[in-house]
Amino acid sequence: MTDWTTKPDLPPPASETGTVGWVRQNLFSSPLNIGLTVIALYIIYIGVIPLIDWALTSADFAGSSRNDCTSGGACWVFIADRLNFFFYGFFPKAEYWRINTVFLLLALLIVPQLFDATPYKNWLGWFLLIGFPVVSYFLLIGGSFGITHVETEKWGGVMLTLVLSFVGIVAALPFGVLLALGRRSEMPVIRGICIAFIELWRGVPLISVLFMASVMLPLFLPEGVNFNKLLRALIGIVMFQSAYMAEVIRGGLQAIPKGQYEAAAALGLGYWRSIGLIILPQALKLVIPGIVNTFIALFKDTTLVLIIGLFDVLATVQSSIIDPAWPDVAAEGLVFAAFVFWIFCFSMSRYSQALERKLDTSHKR
Amino acid sequence: MQKNPMQAASENDSDLMVQMIDVNKWYGEFHVLKDINLTVTKGERIVICGPSGSGKSTMIRCINRLEEHQRGQIIVEGTELTGDLKHIETIRREVGMVFQHFNLFPHLTVLENLALAPIWVRKNSRSEAEEIGMTYLERVKIPEQAQKYPGQLSGGQQQRVAIARSLCMNPKIMLFDEPTSALDPEMIKEVLDVMVELAQEGMTMLCVTHEMGFAKTVANRVIFMDEGQIIEENEPNKFFDNPQHNRTKLFLSQILAH
Repeated sequence: MTDWTTKPDLPPPASETGTVGWVRQNLFSSPLNIGLTVIALYIIYIGVIPLIDWALTSADFAGSSRNDCTSGGACWVFIADRLNFFFYGFFPKAEYWRINTVFLLLALLIVPQLFDATPYKNWLGWFLLIGFPVVSYFLLIGGSFGITHVETEKWGGVMLTLVLSFVGIVAALPFGVLLALGRRSEMPVIRGICIAFIELWRGVPLISVLFMASVMLPLFLPEGVNFNKLLRALIGIVMFQSAYMAEVIRGGLQAIPKGQYEAAAALGLGYWRSIGLIILPQALKLVIPGIVNTFIALFKDTTLVLIIGLFDVLATVQSSIIDPAWPDVAAEGLVFAAFVFWIFCFSMSRYSQALERKLDTSHKR
Repeated sequence: MQKNPMQAASENDSDLMVQMIDVNKWYGEFHVLKDINLTVTKGERIVICGPSGSGKSTMIRCINRLEEHQRGQIIVEGTELTGDLKHIETIRREVGMVFQHFNLFPHLTVLENLALAPIWVRKNSRSEAEEIGMTYLERVKIPEQAQKYPGQLSGGQQQRVAIARSLCMNPKIMLFDEPTSALDPEMIKEVLDVMVELAQEGMTMLCVTHEMGFAKTVANRVIFMDEGQIIEENEPNKFFDNPQHNRTKLFLSQILAH
């Protein structure tokens, strides 16, 4: 009986791999693909190239007034001039350092979370969720520790958008988890309350929630009792988003095989331990796409606070566009606003994909 | 006949592990367990066999309250199983269960799977729990897999980890719900070997299984169930060589044919 020897591995043919291979397979593999490639190149030629010309090549970046925008392209001078307003809102200039500190602290806390090897990663994570909001609250509101008080009416721009989004996101997730668990509970009272809450807040548009919170709430409160406007908006946003988050998480909970619940129970783990150690880690990992979706939607929904007189970044841009000192800068302003939103939303999206890859232990082989 | 549970515990042997007295269960309209009476003493190994749908799995799942019985009494080590959460948790600590589909926790490493319950239920420290975990992992002969994730192990290895995971809680009774039914034939032996060793060490075991070879080697009693009732119960030799009921004979002829 002869032994059989394995044939040596050969490299694949050149036209199948590398850039040439990719181009052949993806762009030119069939008549339809060739046609689509040609059309796409044409669209790039008539659309993207003039856009780049407008935005970069013919644009003006330096100057101090509308008259400095002479090249016929985008007038980024407008953005440069109004940047402080877009970023800090109506905050007094002397107090900008407080916002800068908060922003720097946030960046310093988030960046280590992106890397596995960071020491004390868990401690930093908890500080980000609990300590940081407390510190930022005192820094931004002021009024104690020798810092001047700045009313929330003066908050605006990117800073306000970030405050609304951060609080919304950090509060909506745990609230959503509790609602989802409550909705799946076997106790009818809890289940009923959770279903009612979820259906109520999902049934009305966020804009009407904010409107009601702002206009109607004072009618119901006794004379003189006034709720801070920002707080009203935050409560509305958190309630609204928790309802959506609850349903996303409930989908994840449903997807966990019954055997996981049973194995945890059989080991003697009580309800909360099973949920916290076994079910939730798996369920949340499963629905990361849905959760990040909700976060991104929340971030963009914060622009609706315009309806109650709070100046988020879009509102600051819009009010600057109608300023007579800067005629005809609508395109630049809105492109800038879109760009700000896109940066944050895209970063969240990329982070979520990295997180999914890192957590994907089931497919490791 | 209603027995006072306290009376039942004291008037019988303190070695009585499980007592099922007139246990009945319904799934909606379907009567799945009919008047089950069963006692298990310490160190006994019981194999339960029968056609699918006979209620074998349901019966053993009632013992650790993964299923609820609607009538009758189940007493595990002197504690009666009712809706009382405290009793249920006490019982679950002493009863280990191995499932047909392993049910390992995929987001944790093998060692974390093993250490989880000792840390959170028995309140051991992490290092103690990991030591216990490694001891049992060596017992099931796969200590080198400690840092792998369940998804990276073969079926036989996963089931052995599942057995080790239950053993880490030091249970008095082990329930096996068709532990080898989802395994390739080559892996069945490695799992059965672990179960045989466990039996030889004196563990009280209730196994729902089709592995009749295992029953002959290790069981004190073989129970045959059909349509929610215990039809026949006997020592393995007598059970296989001289079945009393026609239903048992029919079942054995089908299962031993190949």
